[in-house]
Amino acid sequence: AQTLSVRPGPFQAAERPTPLQDVTHYNNFYEFGLDKGDPAALSARFAARPWTLSVEGLVARPRVWDIDQLIAAMPLEERLYRMRCVEAWSMVIPWDGFPLASLLAQAEPLGSARYVAFESVVRPAQMPGQRNGLDSLAWPYVEGLRLDEAMHPLTLLAVGLYGEILPNQNGAPVRLVVPWKYGFKGIKSITRIRLVESRPPTTWNQMNAQEYGFFANVNPEVDHPRWSQASERIIGAGGFFGGGRKKTLMFNGYGEQVAGLYGGMDLRRNY
Amino acid sequence: MPYLSGTPRNRLLVPWWGERAALALLGLLPAILYFWYGAHDALGPDPVNVFERWLGLWAVRFLLAGLLVTPLRALTGLNLIRYRRMLGLLAFCYVCLHVGVYVGLDQQGNIGVLVQDLTRRPFLMIGFAAFMLMVPLAITSTDGAMRRLGRRWGRLHRLVYGVALLVAVHFLMAFKTYNVTSVTYAGLLMAMVVWRCQAAWRRWRRRAA
Repeated sequence: AQTLSVRPGPFQAAERPTPLQDVTHYNNFYEFGLDKGDPAALSARFAARPWTLSVEGLVARPRVWDIDQLIAAMPLEERLYRMRCVEAWSMVIPWDGFPLASLLAQAEPLGSARYVAFESVVRPAQMPGQRNGLDSLAWPYVEGLRLDEAMHPLTLLAVGLYGEILPNQNGAPVRLVVPWKYGFKGIKSITRIRLVESRPPTTWNQMNAQEYGFFANVNPEVDHPRWSQASERIIGAGGFFGGGRKKTLMFNGYGEQVAGLYGGMDLRRNY
Repeated sequence: MPYLSGTPRNRLLVPWWGERAALALLGLLPAILYFWYGAHDALGPDPVNVFERWLGLWAVRFLLAGLLVTPLRALTGLNLIRYRRMLGLLAFCYVCLHVGVYVGLDQQGNIGVLVQDLTRRPFLMIGFAAFMLMVPLAITSTDGAMRRLGRRWGRLHRLVYGVALLVAVHFLMAFKTYNVTSVTYAGLLMAMVVWRCQAAWRRWRRRAA
């Protein structure tokens, strides 16, 4: 894969990174299939170039970016982030990308903008998971953040991992990374970023609102209806006896940076 | 009772106990194989989860296989009744392993989590109820128990249809979306229940007429 020119960024996790093989072969990316091996196995035909990403909606300067021009325009940083999946497993991933805030700042959000809506690609011909009726989500996959969450310095648009261009199965060519939220908030293969006034619909919330909230902040005290969120399985820790389980931290350990965003909010209700 | 009347031994290639031992061994192979892989870090990045689901899937398969014996005989004449007890016991064995791995390897014996699981989470309560209903069936699977219970044995073992319903629901709930695998297995389990109900209904009508 193509190597990216990256410098180390802030917020480096202290944990050991998950092996590249596991980061690229254990993925939830339903556009390619339900099984965690499907994205690696079935995404070879996906064409991540050419690609455009549009920034639009309530902004003074909307723009359609060519992905390679965007990557050239943004200084890339490596950020070693913990990732906690809602399914109670976790990884530690060295992402390469730039803060979403720098992209949004260039578009100059209007005063009326309060949320950011993201939209993923729809390409049934290249994405087998989008062809099946029964197990299908509604496409395109959509996600959203409050504007202050989107502008937070931790919130990243990733275009690579481990110093190389983002593999298809990890959401090429550009994906969202919000390390204090469950992984499903990290929408992949983004085509459109829209600033809006009211809270946008999000895919998993529409699918099952009881299990997946809009905020989806990592919270060991608010259980998923089917399992406890108090602890997590560490991916790639070794076989059965590798000791691969640890306690889950509030906001996935990023509370110091983000707890202020939710002052006065009941996080049990706003899960 | 056909089970006790036995099979013409002279038509078997191996003695009856050898045949059952072979079936048991064959049936346990998926568990043994995956345990070996998992202990040697060859089950991928999330080995406990893979093993847990694998055991659950095989429990469903053996349960379904046991339930298929009677309809299969009625529809095709193929009589596999002499394997049914072993299929049921294999299903129970896999359920025990499934629960054991969940408690021991996955939750690592965390009592607090397990208590919450069994009081708050329908997904796990339903699964656990199915497990509990299978216990009396496994205990009364011996020749001695069948003799002692007589007609009541058959009535008791109709519980398996309750197990099938609970397992179908638990299995559907185990996935984030409906999908070909979950709907197929759950559908087949439900079909067994429906088949049994309509067979009983027809018998009842015949008797009433």
